[in-house]
Amino acid sequence: MIEMNPTIGSTVALRKAELDLLLADLRSNGYLTVGPHQQDESILYQEIEGLQDLPRGFMSEQGPASYRLIQTGRERYFDFIPAAQSWKQFLFPPCHLLYSAHKETPGEQIQEHAADTREIKAGKWSVKENDSPAPRYALVGVRACELAAISVQDKVFLRPDYYDPIYRARREELFILAVNCLHPNATCFCVSMGTGPRHQGGFDLCLTELDDLFLVEVGSELGRSFLAHRNFYLPSAFIQTAANQAIGMAASRMGRSLDTSDLPGLLIENLNTERWNQVAKRCLSCANCTQVCPTCFCWDAADQTDVLGKHTRRERLWDSCFNPNYSYVVGGNTRPNIRSRYRQWLTHKLGQWKAQFGVLGCVGCGRCITWCPVGIDLTEEVAAIRQEVKA
Amino acid sequence: MTTNLIEMAPYYAGSTERLLLPTWAEVVKITPEAEGVSTFALRFIDPEVQKHYRWLPGQFNMLYVPGYGEAAISMSSDVESSNGLVLHTIRHAGSVTRAASRLKIGDVVGLRGPFGSAWPLKEMEGMDVVIACGGIGLPPLRGALYSIIREREKYGKITLLYGARTPKDLLYPNEYDDWVKAGIEVQSTVDRGDETWDGRVGVVPMLFYHVRVDPHKSIVIACGPEIMMRFVIYESLARRIPAEHIFLSLERNMKCGQGFCGHCQMGPYFICKDGPIFPFNKLGPYINVEEY
Repeated sequence: MIEMNPTIGSTVALRKAELDLLLADLRSNGYLTVGPHQQDESILYQEIEGLQDLPRGFMSEQGPASYRLIQTGRERYFDFIPAAQSWKQFLFPPCHLLYSAHKETPGEQIQEHAADTREIKAGKWSVKENDSPAPRYALVGVRACELAAISVQDKVFLRPDYYDPIYRARREELFILAVNCLHPNATCFCVSMGTGPRHQGGFDLCLTELDDLFLVEVGSELGRSFLAHRNFYLPSAFIQTAANQAIGMAASRMGRSLDTSDLPGLLIENLNTERWNQVAKRCLSCANCTQVCPTCFCWDAADQTDVLGKHTRRERLWDSCFNPNYSYVVGGNTRPNIRSRYRQWLTHKLGQWKAQFGVLGCVGCGRCITWCPVGIDLTEEVAAIRQEVKA
Repeated sequence: MTTNLIEMAPYYAGSTERLLLPTWAEVVKITPEAEGVSTFALRFIDPEVQKHYRWLPGQFNMLYVPGYGEAAISMSSDVESSNGLVLHTIRHAGSVTRAASRLKIGDVVGLRGPFGSAWPLKEMEGMDVVIACGGIGLPPLRGALYSIIREREKYGKITLLYGARTPKDLLYPNEYDDWVKAGIEVQSTVDRGDETWDGRVGVVPMLFYHVRVDPHKSIVIACGPEIMMRFVIYESLARRIPAEHIFLSLERNMKCGQGFCGHCQMGPYFICKDGPIFPFNKLGPYINVEEY
């Protein structure tokens, strides 16, 4: 090993076993390491303790409404693309307790609360805020499209005029161990969306996986500080070229493409084309696409109240524009039909999002295509609308 | 005008550090207004909040009834009311607002706000103003009426066009005389009359036929059911009032009030943050698209 200090922007090589030590280092520094794990015939993101929890030798074969894991027998941890879930579950938890309240009745013994819990009296109600500290996550194996999705959600939840405190607390503490994609799927179109497959920064460390080593690019001071303790070495020019070629090959093997040249106008100006009626006949309004989407941000808040009405837990929950209640007001429902719900989803994601946040809401990960039970493909829908408008 | 909640923090009920945590307020007075409609006078329990809390006519609060949830309710009182109580006139129609109907004096509710855009009082100076509203659409406009009356000389001719289903559903009936005395022309109508009613029967937009409007110096501000607003737009445009002088307060399913829960979207707008009050020229492409 040569004595040296990696600098930000430099690339070094790491034996695969060293990644295990890096993960251990993150954990001993208070990070909760989450990453891909093979479970239930798919790859899920969940807590991982080390290299042994990563899915070794798996690839995924995805298509509209189809997902299969295949074993390759190769010593590769990151060949599967993309995982079933996105990372948004960690920064934007699917269910988060905001506060709970308890109604006191006269003569009742008040339960003692832990001393560190902030409690407010509100008339008959005593309100306990959720004081649990935000977990410090280290995300292991973030793809370029997924990192782009995090930056899209940053624009939603960390606006200059307001921010979501739950998201911010998690985002500020985040460690991002990225990975470059080498084997895109039939549902991938990150090249069309300009988000991948090669990482362009925004990570702490970024891996490119070869058969017997990782190339590691240093993206931040934080990343450098963790890498400095590892047994890295300088990669040969041959290895670097091989890695670059592999990423370049990935870019040329995108399974799908989406022409973004006339978005958002194409969708916003064609809110009454026939294609909306056709897709509405297939769409089940099940909301799968919005749950797997790494950028969909809609949420609801609801009181979970006991039957006596004495205890209530107010929670923030993921919601979806496909839920019938989503647009309910007392006067009626703004979008009672599937046609208007699908149209809302697509014209928002590939249209109005741009006016709201300066970017499109799609990063090209293809999850909505894979996990749609009837295989609706947004790239096909956009192309069909373009075709119809042209005709 | 959108509200920058971080800048507004000292005047704001709720918390920037705790998502959706309201500021608690006590019900001081309940006034029944009509069948299924009552006004709740609220006072913040924390005297510091009570002292600093400010809002503009047309803005709304998220009112939380513990155990039930939140509803978006516009403030219906004068922004400079002497006793500092914040009035919310509520129609008890949904699950939260029906729970509110069971509140008693001394009960505690949560408030977050104020949210959203306000009526364009500055732009209205020197102009004639037509205030068109139906049913529960009057409370969000009452604050604007009070502000106009306080500085009546700043404005031109003010006309209130108000309609309700029946005479019993007309809100704040004992204030109309004061408004007339303050120099406001009040035109009212009902969908169905009864034995006490000798006024007009018909829909609000028809009242435009009883008003002389100068399109060069008139502003229309409107709040009411969607169908009423569509025809208010129609009647206004027919009188050559420019689209940017027609202001509408829209209703959507508002949950967070801060433009990131997604529910209240219409086209590029989050109604809670970018609205609820919009000039019609901003809504043109979307308001007539069915179910958008």
